[in-house]
Amino acid sequence: MFDSFEHLIDAVSSPVTIFTFATAVFILFVTFPRQLTSKWVSLGTLFLVLAFFGIGLTDEHFRKIVSTPDNVPIVGLMFIFGYFTWFAMKKAVENDRRIEKGEPTVEQLETNDKVLVFPYLIFIEFVIALAYGAMLVIWSLWLKAPLEEPANPTVSPNPSKAPWYFLGLQEMLVYFDPWIAGVLLPTFIIIGLCAIPYIDRDPANSGFYCYKARRAVIIAYLFGFWILWILLIIMGTFLRGPNWNFFGPFEVWNVHKVVPLVNVNLSEIVFIKWLGVGLPKQWFIREWPGFAVLFLYFAIPPAVLARTALKDVYKKLEPTRYLVLVILLLVMIALPIKMYLRWAFNLKYLVAIPEFFFNI
Amino acid sequence: MKFNLSKFITDSQIYKSMFRHGYSTSDRDRALSVMTNVFFHLHPVKVRKSGARFGFTWCAGGLSFFVFLTLVVSGILLMFYYRPTVEYAYNDILALREHVPFGIMRELHRWGAHAMIITVWLHMFRVFMTGSYKPPREFNWVIGVILLVLTMLLSFTGYLLPWDQLAMWAITVGSNMARATPFLGHEGPGAALLSIGDIQLIHSGSDVRFALLGGRFVGAGALLRFYILHCVAIPTVVVVLMSVHFWRIRKDGGISGPL
Repeated sequence: MFDSFEHLIDAVSSPVTIFTFATAVFILFVTFPRQLTSKWVSLGTLFLVLAFFGIGLTDEHFRKIVSTPDNVPIVGLMFIFGYFTWFAMKKAVENDRRIEKGEPTVEQLETNDKVLVFPYLIFIEFVIALAYGAMLVIWSLWLKAPLEEPANPTVSPNPSKAPWYFLGLQEMLVYFDPWIAGVLLPTFIIIGLCAIPYIDRDPANSGFYCYKARRAVIIAYLFGFWILWILLIIMGTFLRGPNWNFFGPFEVWNVHKVVPLVNVNLSEIVFIKWLGVGLPKQWFIREWPGFAVLFLYFAIPPAVLARTALKDVYKKLEPTRYLVLVILLLVMIALPIKMYLRWAFNLKYLVAIPEFFFNI
Repeated sequence: MKFNLSKFITDSQIYKSMFRHGYSTSDRDRALSVMTNVFFHLHPVKVRKSGARFGFTWCAGGLSFFVFLTLVVSGILLMFYYRPTVEYAYNDILALREHVPFGIMRELHRWGAHAMIITVWLHMFRVFMTGSYKPPREFNWVIGVILLVLTMLLSFTGYLLPWDQLAMWAITVGSNMARATPFLGHEGPGAALLSIGDIQLIHSGSDVRFALLGGRFVGAGALLRFYILHCVAIPTVVVVLMSVHFWRIRKDGGISGPL
């Protein structure tokens, strides 16, 4: 019924188009939050998403992927977080409007009023707990917990996937070696999250929703959360099939899909393609272009930004905090940069030293 | 005189010994109902009106705690039926499905685990969007991040226990990443440097993945380790950190509000 629509979607779907599209939507959202959280745009977006899902559910393959018991939470998560992102932004926009007019925010109006926990708060908690309990029981009656064949170390399923909340990391494995995607980046995510309150220390603008006064911080957080975490989980769960090949949302997972591997390392581009001399034998000669790129990437932006765009930030944070902030941001941005390098130049590694498993 | 059942119950010594205060609407009694109840008194007597609103907190933190409690209850019930050995694990789960009437305990536990990850992420999202991590609450945010990681590890360790293909291979994929830990994994950068003469200190039988799995692959050792981590070790740490987390909310000035 919707065959041509589905073929069109499959034809334009690829990691690069989906990632770019999502990033574009994200940029629109953080640039025009007031317009995009208005009533008609919100309802229109909701309608489009529901229509896409409605059409999708008529397709057998889409239905199967979306309704796999362990994937259902991700569908729920998309709607829950979509709603609450919209909701938080709407409240922030309203408070921004009040601040601009010199009025107190919604929360400030009530902050000196105290209410008794019993019954006001206890009542809210009770209703929420009851609603959650009812929802969980219905969910449990409706969907059986999956149980496949007994564990068999000799038969590995294709694709083998980690639990869904780690699929963002598994998706990063396409672009990075395991020591980065599986160890280094998760460590940086945890450290980065912990570092937030020690970098953004100004206690003003806390305790209520606002956007304009905390724009940069909120954009960084939302980008990390939505684009680099949730989007990668969605791609890893719904769009990665056998051999971790990419499949469109309506494309049947064909085990025999052949994707040519033509990725090259930076050293190969430099020494073979540009200089035409063949790869040097010693790794420290072979890999110096990659090391140089990395050094420039982590040395130049902090120094330049401290004197230009982030001058005020540098003054406010002082050297140590500033350096931690910039390094965390650079590591975060390195992920999409590496993704685009792969898509644009088939770049495999910037630094490739298989001699001791050191590939970047 | 007409017999009044509810009055008979509420006047009895048994009832009065349990509930010291009746449902009275004076502020004093409402305050006492919080203070004299061990569960309610996690809360202060009074809170900011802006902070008590569902629209402000989304109840995500409280809900995470409630979900945790339901997981403890359903998890304890599951432990009655489950033996963490390669011989029995899968069959016990199968028996649970086939022989226990109206058995949705495993479903409650599995879907509850997914729900807890979502509510914990949502809680962090809300705290971020309201700027509630800022001083004086910075360290409580750090504890929250650790609790978030532990929540995912709890879910990850529980994923293995059904001992089916889904479980085994998800954990295999997940734990393979540990092989590449710098210095501590046998396929990680720098591991080859840790050697005495010709003797490698880090190999597949001594690296961090081996410590996690209790073996070179996901087998009996891993099942037992994950069972103990899932049922005892991580929950203990989580409970301790949750206590600190809740206590600090009060000590750092209660639910965040505008200055």
